Amino acid sequence: MARRRRTSIGTGRPSPYVYAMLAVVLIAAMFPFYWSFLIGSGDQSSIYDQNLSWWPGGNFLANASEVINNDAVKFWKALSNSIIVSTVTAASTVLLSTLAGFAFAKLRFKGSGPLLVAVIATMAVPVQLGVVPLYIAMSKLGWTGNIGAVILPALVTAFGVFWMTQYLSQSLPTELIEAARVDGCSMLRTFWHLGLTSARPAAAMLALFTFVTTWNNFLWPLIVLDPQSPTLPLALSLLQANYFVDYSLVLAGVLIATVPLLLLFIFAGRQLVSGIMQGAVKG
Amino acid sequence: MSTTSAPQDGGSQGAVRQRQTKLTWRQRRGQWDVKYSPYLYIAPFFIVFGITGLFPILYTAYISLQDWDLVRNTGEFIGFDQFAWVLQDREFWIALRNTFSIFLLSSVPQLVAATFIAAMLDANLRAKTFWRMGVLLPYVVAPVAVALIFSNMFGDKFGLINTVLGDLGIDPILWHTDIIPSHFAIATMVNFRWTGYNALILLAAMQAIPRDLYEAAAIDGARTVRRFFSITIPQIRPTMIFVIITATIGGLQIFDEPRMYDAFGLGGANRQWLTITMYLYNTGWGDFNFGRAAAVAWLLFLIIISITLLNNFLTRKFVADDATAVKKVKKQALKGSAKGGK
Repeated sequence: MARRRRTSIGTGRPSPYVYAMLAVVLIAAMFPFYWSFLIGSGDQSSIYDQNLSWWPGGNFLANASEVINNDAVKFWKALSNSIIVSTVTAASTVLLSTLAGFAFAKLRFKGSGPLLVAVIATMAVPVQLGVVPLYIAMSKLGWTGNIGAVILPALVTAFGVFWMTQYLSQSLPTELIEAARVDGCSMLRTFWHLGLTSARPAAAMLALFTFVTTWNNFLWPLIVLDPQSPTLPLALSLLQANYFVDYSLVLAGVLIATVPLLLLFIFAGRQLVSGIMQGAVKG
Repeated sequence: MSTTSAPQDGGSQGAVRQRQTKLTWRQRRGQWDVKYSPYLYIAPFFIVFGITGLFPILYTAYISLQDWDLVRNTGEFIGFDQFAWVLQDREFWIALRNTFSIFLLSSVPQLVAATFIAAMLDANLRAKTFWRMGVLLPYVVAPVAVALIFSNMFGDKFGLINTVLGDLGIDPILWHTDIIPSHFAIATMVNFRWTGYNALILLAAMQAIPRDLYEAAAIDGARTVRRFFSITIPQIRPTMIFVIITATIGGLQIFDEPRMYDAFGLGGANRQWLTITMYLYNTGWGDFNFGRAAAVAWLLFLIIISITLLNNFLTRKFVADDATAVKKVKKQALKGSAKGGK
């Protein structure tokens, strides 16, 4: 790996102050989770206690189970909806973006330049511009309240196409494709064996990114879903409407709803970090 | 392979021709494959975009000129009345003011903090990945969840922040009542979630800076702070502008955090923290006036476009400046090392 760099010449490692300041940043990044646990493990009266305790109470499991089992919040339904929506959009975004990226990066066809510009231009269109007609269309189709209405617009993104085009044009040698063609591979086989294989690191990043974005999405699910079948952010908003005075329940709910993504981050955060850094260099 | 031997008689010539037609058929299939596959591969994007992107944009424009009837689900053409109504509505201007105020309160401190964090991460740290993952952690948390946590911490009566302020002898601040404090609280949520993400993007740009620039400056006697302002900042300026543009576009669309800042989602008793997207949502799914909501959507789009164009104009200016600045630094560095330092 890159071992060549240092900031201060001669001295290898930075001063302890740098570590101390970064530690402060890290504590600031983690404190809200601890705070949620602190409040979420207390009971309702403890937050009105002026003598703030920094030690968690013993009610977290009781609070969490009350939230999970509340009929109005639909926690399990929300969890399964979020998992389905995020997994399907991540998988389809990766597959369709790689397909399009492969074509834009490695195949020659008439109009490819302007079409790629069109893809990039669509990134500037804000979601708000589409929500009214999309909602009307969904309600005419009878899809409102159905998670299909959340999945359909997110099947592929302009960012994904752009990202895979960038990656494949740099990492997949054209000679390799030509060789495969000479050997009699059809385009689709070439894509399957060369395109998808060499796109793997960028695809992993795109999948993570799409998963997190879809998981956290709020505006469109709020518009098109109903409280009977929410996603997790929507369930959290119902949580507040139900319990808004009882913060120990609200924050216990916030924490358990955040756990799945924290787990994903622990396992795949390294990949997410390197992906963001890679993308930034090109951006 | 086979046509090299000269044809001796009619029979073998016929065989060759037959083989050629066979080949052409297969070749033609291959040609089709080459010619049409690319279009097939990019089709899914354009089909999905056509249905969920292009059609809605045009249809939003159409609906914005209508008085939409919810029951019949059709509209009646009324021209630009919806736009006129929105532009005369006091709440729209309040929302515009709030949006810009929250955006400024979030993006400026966020970018300053992100730049310094990136500079610290750029040092030759032990356990690099650990620190990088640490600063990115808030990014994966849903804005809705962040809003609920911070709304509690910024509670007017029993919130953590006011309790701590009280311990310091400072009067409680009405985070949910006063305009600027509520903007500050919402901006804090945005900063919490995005500072680390932006720091990583800026870090990537910093890592691309040639290290001999720093060495030359060090030989010249420039200390860390001077090197940071004279080399690091000018060198990452294009990335900085990219980050500013994305922060602007995201900031103008802010919805989740202010919507969840209290249990009612209307932006406060006097609309202290109502934003444009909240205004759009409340118009569309509170008043169920789709024509008016579509007009708001177009106004928001026009605002975003004009800000982006302004950004683009500034970018060109700054990138040009940047190139000359880098040249200057490089020249000075060369001069410095030629003189052997001062």
